[in-house]
Amino acid sequence: MSFELETARADAGNLRRVAIDPVSRVEGHGKVTLLIDDNDEIQQVRLHIVEFRGFEKFIQGRPYWEVPVMVQRLCGICPVSHHLAASKAFDHVVGAPVLTPTAAVVRRLMHYGQMLQSHALHFFHLSSPDLLFGFASDVGRRNIVGVAAAYPEIAKQGVLLRKYGQEVIRHTAGKRIHGTGAIPGGVNRSLTVDERDELLAGIDQMIAWSREAVVMVKRLHATDPVLYDDFGTFRSNLLSIVRDDGALDFYDGVLRARDADGGILLDGVEAKDYHQWIGEEVKPWSYMKFPFLKHLGTEAGWYKVGPLARVQNCDFIPSPLAEAERREFIDYGKGQLIHAPLAYHWARMIEMLYAAETIKTLLQTDDLLGGDLVREGAHQPEGVGIIEAPRGTLIHHYAVGDDDLVTMCNLIVSTTHNNQPMNEAVRRVARQYLNGRKLTEGLLNHIEVAIRAFDPCLSCATHALGKMPLQVVLQDRAGSELDRLEKTGAGEISGRRE
Amino acid sequence: MDAMDAVAVKPKVRVATTSLAGCFGCHMSFLDIDERLLELVELVEFDRSPLTDIKHCGPCDIGLIEGGVCNSENVHVLREFRKNCKVLIAIGACAINGGLPALRNSFDIGRCLQEVYLTGLNVENGQVPNDPELPLPLDQVHPIHEVVRIDYFIPGCPPSGDAIWKFLTDLLAGRTPRLGHPLLRFD
Ligand code: SF4
Repeated sequence: MSFELETARADAGNLRRVAIDPVSRVEGHGKVTLLIDDNDEIQQVRLHIVEFRGFEKFIQGRPYWEVPVMVQRLCGICPVSHHLAASKAFDHVVGAPVLTPTAAVVRRLMHYGQMLQSHALHFFHLSSPDLLFGFASDVGRRNIVGVAAAYPEIAKQGVLLRKYGQEVIRHTAGKRIHGTGAIPGGVNRSLTVDERDELLAGIDQMIAWSREAVVMVKRLHATDPVLYDDFGTFRSNLLSIVRDDGALDFYDGVLRARDADGGILLDGVEAKDYHQWIGEEVKPWSYMKFPFLKHLGTEAGWYKVGPLARVQNCDFIPSPLAEAERREFIDYGKGQLIHAPLAYHWARMIEMLYAAETIKTLLQTDDLLGGDLVREGAHQPEGVGIIEAPRGTLIHHYAVGDDDLVTMCNLIVSTTHNNQPMNEAVRRVARQYLNGRKLTEGLLNHIEVAIRAFDPCLSCATHALGKMPLQVVLQDRAGSELDRLEKTGAGEISGRRE
Repeated sequence: MDAMDAVAVKPKVRVATTSLAGCFGCHMSFLDIDERLLELVELVEFDRSPLTDIKHCGPCDIGLIEGGVCNSENVHVLREFRKNCKVLIAIGACAINGGLPALRNSFDIGRCLQEVYLTGLNVENGQVPNDPELPLPLDQVHPIHEVVRIDYFIPGCPPSGDAIWKFLTDLLAGRTPRLGHPLLRFD
């Protein structure tokens, strides 16, 4: 299946190629290529994910208990999401799908700390320069350092919100990045009274700053509604998990999808059944696959995930301040779903507020200090773990042999779900802003602004080879060959070791 | 404006950073210096980095490399950094020895690709991506010192924010950077 502007119609040989490489102020490795004809009309736009990791392969043969710690190295921005999605999958493998109350609350706290830090990082460190200075503002200033100079208070709040989230992670996972707190069947630590009190002392300030952040995004929308509503906007389905009662929940729930008008497409789907509903299409020009709802097919079945999907997919947010903000957000849509990519920022800040409020509630739970940490039951050969990561629905699926070694691994990471939406958004922006014009740095940044709205984590999504005869030789400084890879015209690959 | 005045007095140290085959965790750990980031930007300015929109590295004082070398593009970027940076630092396990991505070195890359894109669960329209826009993967993931000369190595996965801060402030003050026992970690 090919979408409008995905593939240039004719004689691509006469088209001019412009590349945005690398896409910056996003996490991970990606590039955008544009093919443009003699009249400056855009003929093709693609967001490529250019790195291949092969994680699903090399995880096979590892003992299952290593996996929750290994998988974090897929992504250093949301390591906790991978840590927990894998742990949740292995909870089933070790026969402990229901955790002890202490383990459940420690994991949840870890996850909400991660949501807070990741949303703060994305908004303040990565996206705010575009929103505060303008999409085509001076490239030398368009970064967090520029924000710190022009709006020191905003930059400071961003840094401290992120810091707080990282501290929550450190106290629950043992380490800010790539911790080890969750294990199959539970956790390996709970909080001490001192650790809890330290976090409690800071939380009200975080809630207050999160509220201010929502107000700031609303103000941005209000100053230029046309831009914020129309920029790269396209309609699509939405997917996320929701709690059994329809509440927003980042840690656990059932799959729900809506169509572009808000009608329910599927609901109540349990994690273990995800593969009956979600398929993944491969395209030759990206290492990132294109997921879709199987019953709708590749053309109609793709969907958005992440804050914009979650906030509109749930029935309510179970914390008062964030719920009030959700209602205001829904009202802004006047009965229609909001599909504007820039509205992701608004939804994301509502979620940050929800995360901060939830952290406070969790810190007040006595179970957090308990000592009963792990459960184990009859082992099962397979497990699926689904969680709402900062960027959207994250699925980990493993099979384990009788010898405790992993035999199968399938991951669908959040950013992969958003592959088609991001491509769609950049094609819209290309049509809206770039068509027929002389391309400048500022115009090209418009493309990146659209990508950034999704907060893509291309690091997670990197899962490459070709039909062109191509050869790469890696030499050391003395000129001797270290590595060589050849690709024949037929697409066969041969390496030095073969 | 203070910061601007300082520029006039003393030129800032130019720092470039990039992630090759890494997970961005080392960059995140850099941000874990927290409020000290606001102090740091008084002393340094960023060239190419995931935090700025500068796409190619210009002449710099310090370059920080996260991640090993897994494809042809990594090799180009690494050479660009070596050419432009007076001091080049390998940060984290992946840059130093390949790290977790190097686990794929014991498998044949062709087979890895087939497994992920052809025979994997629920794959539709299975094929191995092969567009010329995709950089060619190397059949092994390599440490960066196999490709260019590296001046310093900071171990850890990732090194802590404190370790990165200590290292950089030593370097900026003209001292030989030393982590010392508490900051030197390999996990
Ligand atoms: S060393 Fe660790 S934290 Fe750094 S890029 Fe590699 S896996 Fe990520």
